[in-house]
Amino acid sequence: MNPSLPSIPLSWYLLLSAVLFTLGVAGFLYRKNIITVFMSIELMLNAVNLSFIAFAYQWRQVEGHIYAFFVMVVAAAEAAVGLAIILTIFKNRATLQIDDVDSMKL
Amino acid sequence: MTPFIIASLIKIALVFAVFMTTLAYLQWIERKVLAHIQSRVGPLRVGPHGLFQPLADVFKLLTKEDLMPSQVNRFFFLLGPFLAVSLALIPIAVVPFGPHITIFGYQTDMQIADLSIGVMFILAATSVGVYGIALGAWASNNKYSLLGSLRSAAQMVSYELPLALAIAAALLLANSLSFREIVDNQGGYLFGFIPRWHVFQMPFPQIFGFVIFLISGFAETNRIPFDLPEAENELVGGYHTEYSSMKFACFFMSEYANMVTTTCVATLLFLGGWQPLFPAPYSNWVPVALFILFALLSLNFAQNPIRKGDKYSFPVITVLMVVLAVLFAVPALQPYITPLFWFCSKVGALLFTFIWVRGTLPRFRYDQLMRFAWSFLFPLAMLNMLVTALFVALFPGKGR
Amino acid sequence: MDTVLFIVFAAVAVACAVNLILQKHPISSALSLVGVMGSLAVLYLLLGAEFMAVTQIVVYAGAVMVLFVFVIMLLNTGQETGGGKSWFAQVAGLPLLLAFIALMGLLICGPLMPRLRAVQFGSWHGGTARAIGRAIFTDYLLPFEVTSVLVLIAILGAVVLARKEID
Repeated sequence: MNPSLPSIPLSWYLLLSAVLFTLGVAGFLYRKNIITVFMSIELMLNAVNLSFIAFAYQWRQVEGHIYAFFVMVVAAAEAAVGLAIILTIFKNRATLQIDDVDSMKL
Repeated sequence: MTPFIIASLIKIALVFAVFMTTLAYLQWIERKVLAHIQSRVGPLRVGPHGLFQPLADVFKLLTKEDLMPSQVNRFFFLLGPFLAVSLALIPIAVVPFGPHITIFGYQTDMQIADLSIGVMFILAATSVGVYGIALGAWASNNKYSLLGSLRSAAQMVSYELPLALAIAAALLLANSLSFREIVDNQGGYLFGFIPRWHVFQMPFPQIFGFVIFLISGFAETNRIPFDLPEAENELVGGYHTEYSSMKFACFFMSEYANMVTTTCVATLLFLGGWQPLFPAPYSNWVPVALFILFALLSLNFAQNPIRKGDKYSFPVITVLMVVLAVLFAVPALQPYITPLFWFCSKVGALLFTFIWVRGTLPRFRYDQLMRFAWSFLFPLAMLNMLVTALFVALFPGKGR
Repeated sequence: MDTVLFIVFAAVAVACAVNLILQKHPISSALSLVGVMGSLAVLYLLLGAEFMAVTQIVVYAGAVMVLFVFVIMLLNTGQETGGGKSWFAQVAGLPLLLAFIALMGLLICGPLMPRLRAVQFGSWHGGTARAIGRAIFTDYLLPFEVTSVLVLIAILGAVVLARKEID
């Protein structure tokens, strides 16, 4: 649009995606709350979506968007089931600390 | 590039000023209409006929003590009303008020931004709007607030489904997601006199869609008969129990802003936006005739002997109406203000319906509310959309 | 213009993601994640994916995260207590993460990648609702239907799991 500013190369978007994915992994590894761990997974899915859409831009094809769309739908389904499971865990054990949920039987 | 930015800034300033004034006066109109429904007179003290009441309300809210309850999460307590009001003010940016016009040789739309996905944008903004209520209520650390916000979220999520399905059915007829194209699609007349608004448009008139949209709109804006989130006889004040002064005003304003947005979207999607009710040669003179009628009426009221104490307000209104009638009669101005007149009168009629329903219907019980959404409204909306899709597929019109 | 937008919103996304990991209270984490999603939606717009940008807001910020926020409010467990971290994560976690991101950087900027375009806002309009709808309902109809069955199964699963709570 404005020729005086340099435009962003697509690799920056991919790097951003990689950084967000790594942060998601870090959250997944280091956090102890089940809900936060779950949210880290969502962050990783979002990072992957960004790279899908960046690649769709690179190849000028709408397929990348379709993939990201399916990822979103599956993430929504996963969130519904996952949160129901978390509710059940909290009901049965009265804790959300991931280390406290370590035995198969109550 | 630069004229575009200047024009956009002017449009934003205009829309913002008009929108905020509308919000302030909508609340005055609501009090007046409710009062007359209940055989009272309503606000009457501040200014002529109570006209400066909104101003007084604003001053009252600004100068009230700003309470911060002791056991609250301060950041989220402040973030809640901020989010609520800012997310409620965003959608008006994509609402078109009139057709494509040329002012001083510059071509522009009577709209801040014509998005190609305008309808989705409004859906997105309203779906995020629940955060304001949820956060504010949760942060105020009050069981009534939390109950109110839980109800509100469940209600908004449930009624968003029939709302979205009703919108989808109208979009099937329009074949576009841009509000401008949707309204342009509703121009013209069936048999020369029935307007081709989506409520009447072949192959399948969206009457059911319109009614479903309105009912869901009542629920989405937390209005009676669906105002369970703030049912004062069960929940004190609902989600804004702990809020006072400007923070309460933010919630209040967001509710009215949502109401205006909902009626605007209903007008654009179903009632043809700024498309007139009558074919063009006559419709340009409808506002003139209407304002002259209003002038005569207020002249008649002014002569009522009961109003001896107030000698000025009705004559002033008469003069105002005559001026408006003259303005609408100027042919050079007609292409600019006549569409605005049609758009505003449709939105106004819908807003009046909102207030009218509030004055007429009692509140639902919570289980009735949920059962109504899931076992009546949702199947009906689904059926409406499927039948519309079938008819659109069987009778493909122009451009499909 | 789009350079400035990219830098601002990329910074917001990274800041919110870091905040997600650092915050002790789950509700702060959830709101940070909403921030990440919102700024990613802007980046999608810059990449010409207008439909995906709005879908991101409607589905992620408007539905999934609202669900998260309400579960957090409903359980209201308060702050996360620190507790014992596993020795493996403590010793090898940070080096492994740094190694991973270095590897990704090498891959993206290295010679294996084909020549990447420079992003110009408005140079590609492929991501319209029309294009995506056409692709989903013609070429990708079977995956779409399979996904809808998956969503149905998820709804049933959630209902069955949450039902235990009532009785």
